[in-house]
Amino acid sequence: MTGSAIDCDIHPSIPGLKALLPYLPGHWREMVRIRGMDELNAISYPANSPLTARPDWRPASGKPAGSLEQIQRECLDAFGASIAICNVLYGVQLLFAEDMAAAYAQAVNDWTRAELLDRDPRLRASIVVPLQSIERSVDEIERCAADPRFVQVLVLASGDQPLGKRVHWPVYAAAQRHKLPIGIHAGSNYHNPPTAVGWPSYYTEDYVAQAQAFQSQLTSLICEGVFNKFPDLRVVLLESGWTWLPAHLWRLTKYWRGLRMEIPWVDRSPFDIVRSNVRMSLQPSDAPPDRAALERIIEHMQSDELLLFSTDYPHWQFDGTEALPDGLPPALVHKITVENPRATYTRLLEPVR
Amino acid sequence: MNVQVRPSVATATASRPAIADCDIHPAVRFDSDLNPWLPERWQAYRAEYGASRRLGMQAGPAYPKSQPNASRRDAWPPEGGRQGSSLSFMQHQHLDANNVTLGILNPLGSGQGVSNPELSAVICHATNEWEVAEWTGKDSRLKASVVVPYEWAEESAREIRRWAGHKDFVQVLLLSRTAEPLGNRRYWPIYEAAAEANFPVAVHAFGYGGAPITSTGWPSHYIEEMTGHAQSSQAGLTSLLVEGVFDRFPNLRVIMVEAGFAWAPSLGWRLDKAWKTLRTETPHLKEKPSETMRRHVWWTTQPMEEPEPRERLLDTIGWMGWDRLLFATDYPHWDFDDPAQALPLPISDEQRRQFFLENARAVYGVTA
Repeated sequence: MTGSAIDCDIHPSIPGLKALLPYLPGHWREMVRIRGMDELNAISYPANSPLTARPDWRPASGKPAGSLEQIQRECLDAFGASIAICNVLYGVQLLFAEDMAAAYAQAVNDWTRAELLDRDPRLRASIVVPLQSIERSVDEIERCAADPRFVQVLVLASGDQPLGKRVHWPVYAAAQRHKLPIGIHAGSNYHNPPTAVGWPSYYTEDYVAQAQAFQSQLTSLICEGVFNKFPDLRVVLLESGWTWLPAHLWRLTKYWRGLRMEIPWVDRSPFDIVRSNVRMSLQPSDAPPDRAALERIIEHMQSDELLLFSTDYPHWQFDGTEALPDGLPPALVHKITVENPRATYTRLLEPVR
Repeated sequence: MNVQVRPSVATATASRPAIADCDIHPAVRFDSDLNPWLPERWQAYRAEYGASRRLGMQAGPAYPKSQPNASRRDAWPPEGGRQGSSLSFMQHQHLDANNVTLGILNPLGSGQGVSNPELSAVICHATNEWEVAEWTGKDSRLKASVVVPYEWAEESAREIRRWAGHKDFVQVLLLSRTAEPLGNRRYWPIYEAAAEANFPVAVHAFGYGGAPITSTGWPSHYIEEMTGHAQSSQAGLTSLLVEGVFDRFPNLRVIMVEAGFAWAPSLGWRLDKAWKTLRTETPHLKEKPSETMRRHVWWTTQPMEEPEPRERLLDTIGWMGWDRLLFATDYPHWDFDDPAQALPLPISDEQRRQFFLENARAVYGVTA
């Protein structure tokens, strides 16, 4: 891996709700105190679950990835990336009240800017948007997009409605206008059961089900015609597992051939649409145990432009510094670590102030 | 539905090799066809109020199918009635023409998933009686599924025990979109009775469990619903594996029907990775989930994934094992996979026999 590698998915933790207080308007600051609010942490990453933080990244006190010093030491310096994109996961998307969600989205984004982006030039971030209100999501994109260090719009893999639905399209129009990819990250707002067949008993099932949530979203985005309407829009599937992609597209393509009369605007095969508009972060790699099978799966992807390097720090996806699966050819490593991220996040090429 | 068609050995041969079809859909001509086996109280209820299936529409979902009854346009029986309702036409058009020597009946639109538990149970029972009287009793190539009211597990277990040992029944049928994930303890009496009767449990795509059909709400289109069966089936299978159903019932066999199969290897890799990291949560799991899957789970083939080039499917099947796949056409539905066109790949005669016939014979313990 070279020093110009770009890490497309890291997760700084907001140390606690108190850390957001300086960034919340007076009313919402007061509500934290009066209503006794504590934390907004989703069950997508239970605080003490092994997956939530690698053992050697779990501090004696405080949260994993809970300070800039931790992030620098354990991630930025350790992996030597030139740039890392922060996807801050905090339960903003779970809230039901749109006023509150909008206030917290703003606070998270302003905290990210002041506590992370202003303090290390290697860091970039995604704009957390309150999809509870499309209008306010667009406002938040407009508010943050002036800062070129915001390079993406962040939403979750499961929400109220499939992401292709037309109600979301103003968000995509704003994102395309500002050259911001839509990053869809593993997780749910839990307004629907985490699987299509209800609530599972174990966290393991919830995490495994994230791959199916991404599959449903990809189906929706393609079938609703998002990429016909917004041809320059990029969608990045973050922490999706990615090895499911070929089989999913084989199935979707077969049905598209049989049922395209229903969605006549989809005038290219799903593989072609994915190649031009969809990208996927590398970790976790739900890869087969043997190298030969991994090579076959990469061939089934039909493109060397789809994968974007990520460590998924501090989630426990690999040990040591083995962020790249064993057996990737060197040319592909360069594409994944440098070229593909630069082609996807074109704002990275713009000067920062 | 085969979209990529090439000449194959099978099409060039005058007489077709014997095959098993593990997903055939027999239909009633009229709802009243089941009345001989329905208590009068429920005949009247059905006529007056219908049978709600956790769906808003009186008939069918709010995703109109691509063609009438989601069936082939050439499958209307000449004597009238809906597609799949005539044994003689099914024999002529499919069983004889394609040399089907073992056909597994999966009746849909039975009482499965009906919200009222008693109504669900009596329609399911009547459907099972109807399968014997109208189908398996008249053509010995056909074998029946025990249709059960799966949201009422105790009654489902009773229904399974009623048919255990009957020569015409070879499996228990569930639909994939249950009210809770399939591994949930509320369904375990079904698995207990199935394992005891030595019936595999087939999980057929479809059904409505009450939740939106994706984890992110209701999609807009029929194509999304159809594609999405792979996602709901993966969630159901994940649940069976993670919640420890196969550890509790070690001789239980599960067949995933009409949900595709190419997703299985990647799901296995993902499950293994999550299991390794999160082992403290599931101490009841004694081995990698993919190993359990490899021993306990089979898949029917239709609608078969068709990559370009088609040879890529050989990688997938190699990762799953050639003994895992059961050929199915989905007759009379529109996305029928034609046995003559379904596997235009360079494989050994043994693999071809396994895929089209022997795997099914082994799973169902039938020598047809």
